[in-house]
Amino acid sequence: MAKPKVAFFDFACCEGCQLQVANMGEMLLDVLGAIDVVEFREVMSEIGPDKIDVAIVEGSITDHHAVERIKKIRERASILIAYGACACIGGVNGMKNNFKLDDIRKEVYGKDYKYFDSVETRAVHQVVKVDYKVNGCPVYIPEFVKVLKAALAGLPYEVPDYSVCVECKLNENVCMYDRGLTCLGPVTKAGCNSWCINNNNICYGCRGMVSNPNENGAKDVIAKYNIPMDLVVNKMNMYNKCREIDQREQPKKKH
Amino acid sequence: MSNPKRNISVNVEYLTRVEGHGNIVVDVKNGVMKTCELQIVESPRFFEGMIKGRSIFEAQHITCRICGICSCGHTLASIQAAEDAIGFKPSKQTTELRKFLLHMENLDSHLLHIYLLVAPDLLGVKSFVPLIDSHNKVVRRALRMKKACNDVCDIQVGRHVHPISAIVGGFTKLPREKDLDAMLNILYNMRPDMEATVELAATLKFPEFERDTEYVALVSDDPEYPMLIGDVGSTDGVRKNKKEYKSITNEFVVPHSSAKHTKLSRGSYAVGALARFNLNADKLHPKAKEIAKAIGLKPKCINPYLNTAAQLVECVHSLEEAIRIMEELKQSGINYDEEVIVGLNEKGTIPVKPGNGVGAVEVPRGILFHNYEVDEKGIITKANCIIPTNQNVNNAEQDLKKIVPEILDKSDEEITLLLEMLVRAYDPCISCSAHFLDVKFVNR
Repeated sequence: MAKPKVAFFDFACCEGCQLQVANMGEMLLDVLGAIDVVEFREVMSEIGPDKIDVAIVEGSITDHHAVERIKKIRERASILIAYGACACIGGVNGMKNNFKLDDIRKEVYGKDYKYFDSVETRAVHQVVKVDYKVNGCPVYIPEFVKVLKAALAGLPYEVPDYSVCVECKLNENVCMYDRGLTCLGPVTKAGCNSWCINNNNICYGCRGMVSNPNENGAKDVIAKYNIPMDLVVNKMNMYNKCREIDQREQPKKKH
Repeated sequence: MSNPKRNISVNVEYLTRVEGHGNIVVDVKNGVMKTCELQIVESPRFFEGMIKGRSIFEAQHITCRICGICSCGHTLASIQAAEDAIGFKPSKQTTELRKFLLHMENLDSHLLHIYLLVAPDLLGVKSFVPLIDSHNKVVRRALRMKKACNDVCDIQVGRHVHPISAIVGGFTKLPREKDLDAMLNILYNMRPDMEATVELAATLKFPEFERDTEYVALVSDDPEYPMLIGDVGSTDGVRKNKKEYKSITNEFVVPHSSAKHTKLSRGSYAVGALARFNLNADKLHPKAKEIAKAIGLKPKCINPYLNTAAQLVECVHSLEEAIRIMEELKQSGINYDEEVIVGLNEKGTIPVKPGNGVGAVEVPRGILFHNYEVDEKGIITKANCIIPTNQNVNNAEQDLKKIVPEILDKSDEEITLLLEMLVRAYDPCISCSAHFLDVKFVNR
């Protein structure tokens, strides 16, 4: 049986999630033994064929050229995997949407700003259909391997839809709220093994919000610890600003 | 026979095996060069705009996302700028641990560049993938060494790509005794692989080409090879405090390509491993000096292809220095009272005052500047980042302009390869798109 043809593509991002692949070490050779990597611009000069089995897409869609490019990739690929926070939820690129587009363009590029094309930041699924997601900034490699296996076998993969707190408790961390700090663990999807809190930092919400967050619980916590609401909102908008596009557009799709 | 008066049109779209996107455009008519440009195409990401209005305590978390490869370097430049702005002085232990982290990233990034991005050119293949069959041991060694760096960073800061515990004020988590041993073990075990790397690299042949230019890197009066702390110096004799970084980079806009180029004493300057080597070779670890001598690398070297050779020398230096730092920390013992859990400084753990701070740190591709202005609450009111690749693009383009007329007798394929290799030698990390992309001025 021919090995599935897999290609990596990158859009606006830091390319750190691609790098996570290289960080797998010799295990990477096992993965490469099961697939045929036909295109991976960061490390290969080869350009892949018209039809590919799996496209792994990193980065957010942030300009007109990218919108056209991702549509072409979608046409070429039987399966499309959004890979990393920028692709799955817009990630830090979404912070741009906190500002008026022309204002932030002028802030960074001055009077020449019009030469720097930019559109509202979107996650990949907000432009084309996405079949699988590997969340996180960066991706958590054990999860990537799980998703890749599922995709190659044609099986579904469900991203855990309970909060980071579940994993955090199992890891016996002291709650950041008890340390007087604000943490997005309670509303963020698990699957990272509470990576940041294990290292004594707070959760920044890079995996996206759970689909049904316990809003009242969160409000109680925020009230109990007397946390200013703008601080929480600001934090949420670091990775999750693009969720507003879903909220804006999803109702339309139902009709 | 090829005709030196011929026409050449090279258009390498999406230069591969570089981080980020670049195009090379060369247009030669009747042996006369009409156009020679290195265009950068990357969607602008507006980091400097995005962090306005945010806390200085989340700046490093956001700006390290400028680049996955230099993530630790961005973190440290960001932290340095933030601490400079609010007047916080890091402890000696914190400074040593930060130097250690920079060495790990330098090693990790250089290994990736040498093995996975440059070696395929020198071994005549299109990527490292065919090397899995033809040079299996080499590929396995590369991946093993890369993973070793990564494993050390996992222990020290949670992970290499977007470190977790390095923050303004120090570290949220400090390595325990068993962690120190584990890191040292990994590093000791890397030594034989490093020897094999040096042996392999000694057999690689780099293209011969020279162009004199100005090299810029951190300099200091300490005996230490400066990576984290120092003034900014150049091979043309400039030396300035990092606060004056704008008069070092002198950013300017060129109509044909990327938004901002830089220059100092002449038309362009270069940063990176070769620049550091040219300015500070006498401060390298003795083992690294030995390697430099063995491969014939001497300051001032003006062959840009040899940036890769300078990276090799730095690999040896960074490994040995990392081991030295960790052995000394083990010897003196870690002071765990210095662990700081800060979040967004909700509890005012770290005193804040308004100010303007600059971070100048040597990251794998060269000197990186971060500059923040903060208000009395520690909220960022203005930010500026000047990345190494931004500083190198102008210099790489000047190299292209000099080399093209010198290689007109070669075939189109050979010319294209030599030009691609030249740009790759700078190890451009274009995804650091603070301000980078190709601007098409149509009908100007």
